[in-house]
Amino acid sequence: MPDDKRDRSPWYWLLLVPIAIPLMPFLFNADEPRLFGFPLFYWLQIAFIALGVGTTTLVYQMTKRRRRP
Amino acid sequence: MSEHITEIVIFTLLFLVVSGMGFVAARWRRPTDLASLNEWGLGGRNFGSWITWFLIGGDLYTAYTFVAVPALLFGAGAAGFFAVPYTVITYPIVFLIMIRLWSVSHVHSLVTPADFVRLRFGSPTLALLVAITGIVATMPYIALQLVGIEAVLQTMGVAGSGFLSDLPLIIAFVILAAYTYQSGLRAPALIAFVKDILIYLVILVAIIYIPARLGGWSAIFGDAAAKFQATPAPGDGVLLNQNNQLQYVTLALGSALALFLYPHSVTGVLASRNRDVIKRNMSALPAYSLLLALIALLGFMAISAGIKPIGTNVNTVVPQLFDQMFPDWFAGVAFAAVGIGALVPAAIMSIAAANLFTRNIYREYINKNATDAQEAGVSKVTSLVVKVGAVLFILLIDPQFSIDLQLIGGVIILQTLPSVAIGLFTRWFHRGGLIAGWIAGMGSGMLMLYNIANPAINHAHFGGSAFALEKLGLDTKMTIYAGFLALIVNLVVAVLGTVVARAMKAPDGPDGTQPDQYSADEGDPRIKDLDLSGST
Repeated sequence: MPDDKRDRSPWYWLLLVPIAIPLMPFLFNADEPRLFGFPLFYWLQIAFIALGVGTTTLVYQMTKRRRRP
Repeated sequence: MSEHITEIVIFTLLFLVVSGMGFVAARWRRPTDLASLNEWGLGGRNFGSWITWFLIGGDLYTAYTFVAVPALLFGAGAAGFFAVPYTVITYPIVFLIMIRLWSVSHVHSLVTPADFVRLRFGSPTLALLVAITGIVATMPYIALQLVGIEAVLQTMGVAGSGFLSDLPLIIAFVILAAYTYQSGLRAPALIAFVKDILIYLVILVAIIYIPARLGGWSAIFGDAAAKFQATPAPGDGVLLNQNNQLQYVTLALGSALALFLYPHSVTGVLASRNRDVIKRNMSALPAYSLLLALIALLGFMAISAGIKPIGTNVNTVVPQLFDQMFPDWFAGVAFAAVGIGALVPAAIMSIAAANLFTRNIYREYINKNATDAQEAGVSKVTSLVVKVGAVLFILLIDPQFSIDLQLIGGVIILQTLPSVAIGLFTRWFHRGGLIAGWIAGMGSGMLMLYNIANPAINHAHFGGSAFALEKLGLDTKMTIYAGFLALIVNLVVAVLGTVVARAMKAPDGPDGTQPDQYSADEGDPRIKDLDLSGST
């Protein structure tokens, strides 16, 4: 069944990155450096949203169904 | 009340327009026959990327989120910001898990997560446990949507005390119940467009306009820090401290895992057309997380603006902030956004709970040979019952109680993770082990929640989700999310139970699925219901 390999793509492992990074408070639990007046705690966690979007988009592109003619 | 007249008029107008859309929705993407769960309960299982985006977004980011998350930051500071990492990590998790549920559900025409458990583990008992867990966890969630509307009505001065004061809330829910009954999942899907456009508009204006009036972001964070420094509570502040970091992380992870076990999120995912729609949405849905992060910071803006909650209802801080900062007409728009924001998830949740009842209790135990039309009929009536229950909940019981129940809901829905989410990947667990794990997880979760006090709201029990590890005899002041710890207990017991059951050669249920069915996609001959949708 060639179809089943789709769920075994190594690209899926990449999704662990945006799951693990936001769960490490030592990365973001600080006031400095500030960005536009936002303490690091707030702006960096907002930036993690972009990390999540980037990773899921990449994995989607690499694993999406090839349309058969 | 008179000084709020402009707000009330705008709120009412927008509310009526949206209600009209709810009724018209029955004709939208019209099927030949609405009388089946595939149509009424899942909108024909044929929603594309855009509709799915609005539907799931409208489903997960509820009115309650919009008032409660900022209220949390208002009260406790950084700890309330957990909602942001939670909604970041949930999408990669869903990406991995839910596409498999979508595939196997479409091959076998499954409607609920309990349907899947029934098929996978061949155990009606386990399926019943999963279904009941889902219904019990969803009910207070619907009631909470009313808490959101109530906060807005209170700010407009139309919900005070006495019997008549509850009338607007009852009217709103009667309208909601009527169009959900008629149009099924198509109603919230259509209304979600309006809801999101209003919410985006309000929040964009709010985060540009309000900080400018309050002297910029630095001033806002400064005021918040000053407030938390002045309070005696040790856990608050604009940053986390040594003791609540573990709680922050486990709450974010636990909530992310729980989110897609809720029956209403499963409903949203199963209604999409194919796997690519889900995957694409998992990269696009975080746009809402950005919105949520900004909404959360409204809590600090409220501190900076010197907002005081109405009575003890801390959920009124955001409506109060809008009322004080915006011109009347725009405050009306903002209130409508919150009000309509409550209708979309309340409709989807009641549909999901109704589907669970129909498929896993009615069809399993009452009428084994139910036709599609009978199933749809039972679901429609159940959706009404569920909503009446939610209204009674709010009217008769202290709203704080429904917030506590919602907290419990998150902990208990997490206990279905081993059978639903892990079950999508492996059939290793024995049904007996899973049932034992569920019981252990539920028991330990409730015990922990019972032992969490919250002096701030004068509760000796069920006062929050942060469980102090020192109660387990550990020499630390750290806290952890009770649901997460309960899930670990659940998993350990499920593993031990499985090993024991295998050793005793206890009979296991048959697995009704094939490995390749977890990756089937639209256009695949194994997927039956797509070609037949509307004609079954």
